[in-house]
Amino acid sequence: MSERLPVRKTYKLFVGGAFPRSESGRTLEVEGYNVARASRKDAREAVVAARKAVAGWSGATAYNRGQVLYRLAETMETRTDALAAASSGRREVARAIDRVVWYAGWADKLAQVLGSSNPVAGPYFNFTLPEPTGVVAVIAPEEPALDGLVSRLVPALVGGNAVVAVASEPHPLAAIELAEAVATSDVPAGVVNVLTGLRAELAPVLAGHMDVNAIDVTGADGDRTTLEELAAENVKRVVRAREEQSPWEIASFMELKTVWHPIGR
Amino acid sequence: MGAVEKPRTEVAAPASWDYAPSLEGREIVSLERRYGLYIGGKHISPKSRSWFTTISPATEEPLAEIAQAGQKDVALAVGAAREAFRTWSRRKPAERAKVLFRIARVLQERARELAVAESLDGGKPIKESRDVDLPLAAAHFFYYAGWADKLEYAFPGRSPKPLGVAAQIVPWNFPLLMLAWKIAPALACGNTVVLKPAETTPLTALLFADVCRQAEVPPGVVNIITGDGSTGAYLVREKGIDKVAFTGSTEVGKAIQRELAGRDVSLTLELGGKAANIVFDDCALDQAVEGIVNGIYFNQGHVCCAGSRLLVQESIHDQLVRKLKRRMATLRVGNPLDKNTDVGAINSSAQLERISELVQSGIDEGAELYQPPCRLPEKGWWFAPTVFTNVAQSHRIAREEIFGPVLSVLTFRTPDEAVEKANNTMYGLSAGVWTEKGSRILWMADRLRSGVVWGNTFNRFDPSSPFGGYKESGFGREGGRHGLEPYLRFE
Repeated sequence: MSERLPVRKTYKLFVGGAFPRSESGRTLEVEGYNVARASRKDAREAVVAARKAVAGWSGATAYNRGQVLYRLAETMETRTDALAAASSGRREVARAIDRVVWYAGWADKLAQVLGSSNPVAGPYFNFTLPEPTGVVAVIAPEEPALDGLVSRLVPALVGGNAVVAVASEPHPLAAIELAEAVATSDVPAGVVNVLTGLRAELAPVLAGHMDVNAIDVTGADGDRTTLEELAAENVKRVVRAREEQSPWEIASFMELKTVWHPIGR
Repeated sequence: MGAVEKPRTEVAAPASWDYAPSLEGREIVSLERRYGLYIGGKHISPKSRSWFTTISPATEEPLAEIAQAGQKDVALAVGAAREAFRTWSRRKPAERAKVLFRIARVLQERARELAVAESLDGGKPIKESRDVDLPLAAAHFFYYAGWADKLEYAFPGRSPKPLGVAAQIVPWNFPLLMLAWKIAPALACGNTVVLKPAETTPLTALLFADVCRQAEVPPGVVNIITGDGSTGAYLVREKGIDKVAFTGSTEVGKAIQRELAGRDVSLTLELGGKAANIVFDDCALDQAVEGIVNGIYFNQGHVCCAGSRLLVQESIHDQLVRKLKRRMATLRVGNPLDKNTDVGAINSSAQLERISELVQSGIDEGAELYQPPCRLPEKGWWFAPTVFTNVAQSHRIAREEIFGPVLSVLTFRTPDEAVEKANNTMYGLSAGVWTEKGSRILWMADRLRSGVVWGNTFNRFDPSSPFGGYKESGFGREGGRHGLEPYLRFE
């Protein structure tokens, strides 16, 4: 009996809900696969896809966003083997899945914890609510390949942002396996976009992009100064992880809006 | 006139109306000839040996000589703040609170003096300094005083700690109020500060140094350094700072963000705006007109959240513009110290030049200008209340922040179009919505990309109400519980 040859996956990008190759036709050999090497143009396309998705995702009810993210935890759970093979193993996968569940539960509590009703000195009703900033770029940490990305991606998602994530450069497979879980959950197309390739090539495009509202540079290490300089071009919110898991990590990707209205007969 | 019906004219001509002047006495302010830098609790001459003169924009009269802080002076101030941080941050929070309460009280006690100084140095009408700037500045200290010993309740599950030395740069439009917005939360959280007032309006910050003396603020906790933009640049580059809080132009804000790239210095920016004030056909029209006038002519339009783009539903455009022009004609432009004055002096000749240049661009690009007849004083810097109709979204006067008493009127047909046009800007500081339909107010408030939305009102401020921008209007909030966070780190 001859041994069966396994069918190997082609690791491609995840943009606008589809899995395209890089428009440049380039790949990188990493972790034994020819992984797509996203170009600057792919990065810009991903921002367009994310921007298109913002209105729908941020306009969904908080309850709905919570359910959709919980569904993501479900689709990740059934892909545990694939995710484990692409990361450091089952423990990391379990940690990442539990994190998604934890954040999913925050969707409909955020406004109560981060918002406020403000007792102004006058006949006005005044309240403050958190709102998503819009399109967020996430430069994922190199390690852990899966949970590192999840711990920065999901706090941005739960508040209603759309994300363009640059996967870990040395370990990109986990990000694409995660993208497949996203694609089969009910996360709308374009809400999550994943680019694989060279960080030094992609991160500056996102940092300097005029239609990106915030950039998470947690995984950017040595490039931080350059990226933050570029980010100033449109006063981007520059985010770095402060806590491993916290509602304040969600708050980093949120704006606060204060509404006034007179009270009268 | 009696029974004879007055002919209906489009615009009354109150420029001819005679008002008896009602001048606020300025003798309550006694100014020194020269003001040094306030560092470590002492007034000292600048090492730079350089001075400049602050003048009244209403009369061009020199008021006092002001120190121009150089790099060494800035380093000295930051050093003093760093030194003071060691004891101030460890002081019992309840005691820190009491210092802030005292500041609030002294501001209330000296409100009249400070209001007159503010109007003299900055050109804003005395009724605004007296009724808005001073009461709000005192209220801000009172509000944050109470937080000083309650910080752990503001951030459940986190352990708040002060950052260290806060470098704070404030603009010339609300000099003392912006000082209060900056200093009150910083001190309440246990930080010490180096504050730089704007070049053209340093006086009330320097008088505030005396308020600190009376309130027994420990030396070095509050340091005031004066100078032009170069002083601010030195301050931001100084190694010993942990925090920068800046209110001013988007251009300078971006330069600061760039400067701080890669450094572990926390940053908040409160920058420019081009607010849409959106008027629906079902609004209470006369109230809306008052709100529009307040939105753009308050403080000569030197307001980052000014309602400088009026979006009117097409069906009421003509009627509204007629009413607006009639109301504009009743605005009194003139001596800031006159209690009748509605619109004071433009803050500086440079600002007047910028306003004039943008207004000329409006004319050149084809918008239609209207200014009510009004007599402007001969000395000083003045600009008549101005409205442009027939404005297109592409016009510079519809896109750029003018920071003057200039309103651009655009129209819309549907709520969706109003949202689209309102959000079509790189700014996102504030917006106004006028309609009697409650559900529409909330629908609009939900979609407007700005940090503050005023429904059926405009230009309201309160220490308990968070204020700050979306997009290129900056990040971070000042006011309210949310205004504490930029001055804390969490363990």
